[in-house]
Amino acid sequence: MAESANTVQGAPMIAPPRELERIPLVSNRRGLGWLSDAVAGISEKPTPRWWWYALAGSVGTMSICFAMIAYLMSTGVGVWGLGHPVMWGWAIVNFVWWIGIGHAGTLISAILFLLRQRWRTAVNRAAEAMTIFAVMCAGIFPVIHVGRIWFAWWLFPIPNANGIWPQFRSPLMWDVFAVSTYFTVSLLFWYMGLIPDLAVLRDRAKTKLRKFLYGLFSLGWLGANRHWSNYEKAYLLLAGLSTPLVLSVHSIVSLDFSVSQLPGWHTTIFPPYFVAGAVFSGFGMVLTLLIPLRKMCGLEDVITMRHVDLMCKVTLATGTIVGYAYGMEVFIAWYGGNPYEQFAFWNRAFGPYWWSYWIMISCNVIFPQLFWFRKVRHSLKVVWIISILVNVGMWFERFVIVVTSLNRDFLPANWGYYVPTWVDIMTYVGTFGLFFTFFLLFLRFLPIVAIAEVKGVIPQADPHHPLGGAKPGAHH
Amino acid sequence: MSESATPYGLIAEFSTPADAMHAAEKIRDQGFKRWDVYSPYPVHGMDKAMGLGNSKVGWFTFIGGVSGYTLGMVMIWFMNKFDYAIPVGGKPMFSPFSAFPPSYELTILLGAFGALFGMFIMNRLPRLHHPLLKHARFKLASHDRFFIVIECHDPSYRGDETRALLESLGGRNIEVVEE
Repeated sequence: MAESANTVQGAPMIAPPRELERIPLVSNRRGLGWLSDAVAGISEKPTPRWWWYALAGSVGTMSICFAMIAYLMSTGVGVWGLGHPVMWGWAIVNFVWWIGIGHAGTLISAILFLLRQRWRTAVNRAAEAMTIFAVMCAGIFPVIHVGRIWFAWWLFPIPNANGIWPQFRSPLMWDVFAVSTYFTVSLLFWYMGLIPDLAVLRDRAKTKLRKFLYGLFSLGWLGANRHWSNYEKAYLLLAGLSTPLVLSVHSIVSLDFSVSQLPGWHTTIFPPYFVAGAVFSGFGMVLTLLIPLRKMCGLEDVITMRHVDLMCKVTLATGTIVGYAYGMEVFIAWYGGNPYEQFAFWNRAFGPYWWSYWIMISCNVIFPQLFWFRKVRHSLKVVWIISILVNVGMWFERFVIVVTSLNRDFLPANWGYYVPTWVDIMTYVGTFGLFFTFFLLFLRFLPIVAIAEVKGVIPQADPHHPLGGAKPGAHH
Repeated sequence: MSESATPYGLIAEFSTPADAMHAAEKIRDQGFKRWDVYSPYPVHGMDKAMGLGNSKVGWFTFIGGVSGYTLGMVMIWFMNKFDYAIPVGGKPMFSPFSAFPPSYELTILLGAFGALFGMFIMNRLPRLHHPLLKHARFKLASHDRFFIVIECHDPSYRGDETRALLESLGGRNIEVVEE
């Protein structure tokens, strides 16, 4: 099957002039069949040993998360480092961090689709999976941070025992709708994209179980053009809906802060600044995941250096926006003339948490600027290290926003220094186990690259390209 | 596939998208109605080559979105103003501004369900059984081949004549698919 796909029978191989040809998105002139073989092959080959080790480690780490939640529930929020005056700590930092990571997946799948960035097809499936698993990790924190977790259902629009409804003037309620919609729509979008690729796996399945499961979840997809027509329309609509969705989710998360009247939180720049930061951190995570992945799964021809290069550029652009937002925040604090606001920002940079502010600045503003250099963007090791630094920096950004705005209240009597406990730390570490457990299962059982979409962007797929069978001079 | 199986249609195989598209244009011009092109990815321009109109999935999304927004606004008004008003911070019991973010999210949520289920409804999915799924070579439709299937129920279908048409268009491995 693979051989026949690489050459086109009966078609003269006359390509357009080299200077008019764009750099192909898939290297080495790989054909339609090769893509099926390469991507579907990953889940058909015997399970590699590293996968088992990684899964064992992830499940172990995930169980730490659940053990910590059980301890929290049985004992109370006192097991965390929260206390007057810092009543929001790591739980909210982790929530905002994880949900921000998800934003790159939606940006790649929706916004870049609307912008006709065809390179997105190689990375969108894995990035969308990352989104879903990151939102799952994020969702844990607001639920467990409420203290009495068994009352968390009060967040849903159901009357409680006294017939009282949730109170929709609070941004926290907006957040419930934003995050749950985000998760649901991301899942729908992801699943719809998976249907044709699950059909690929169904058609290649050798065992009864695989035939049954992939057959069931591919819903009888046949690849009929009438179906593709509706499918593409639905895909476009979902992309069109996900774009305002992703912009609204982190905006609403930022409103949790900025609708309050606390210096350091009460700023109008928060919604765009949070969205830019979210996309920035998400691209950091996409790079962290995909650089090792493309090598381990042998997908260097699909996720090429050009893809890495473009993702570095997005990281650079969003990182620069984030840097601008940091600067603008400080400028407005000074220019606004509000002494409390000025103190909050002085306290961030030079107060007891100065170190977190400068970690944030160096990881988010300084290191990503290295992506201006082509040499840096083409060194996978350096890109990977910078992507880790971006993840670290964005975690500290949320730490700076949450903790440094709270730790010194208006009166010095209300000043305090917040330190997380081991339970805080292990819960956060545990969510990585949850994330990687799901991600490893995804790697093993689902097509990690959108096969049908990548097929659509190679020259062999274009009926007007010689490789797609177009005859020179043929009328169309 | 017993002897008495009723035929479903004629299947012809093409190895390039260009061949499939040229064939589709001719079949469209012959006035066939119940036929389709099967491809491993959406071939751009094939809708026009087949003479298909704009997909109607958008209406499902539109209806979903409008109901989502209405649902959000009405729900919040009902809960916070009509059924059990709680004064908080001197804010109005109902304001379209504070009710906007949840309603906006519900617009997107129901619009997205509309898009997905609209696609399912228009495509008659999920469909767990289809004559083509039993056809051995058809598995290549998700791999690297292009197929054109003309159903026997098509009013213009004429057995051998249709087979000859598919042959003349460059279709290979032309076979009858059984129900």
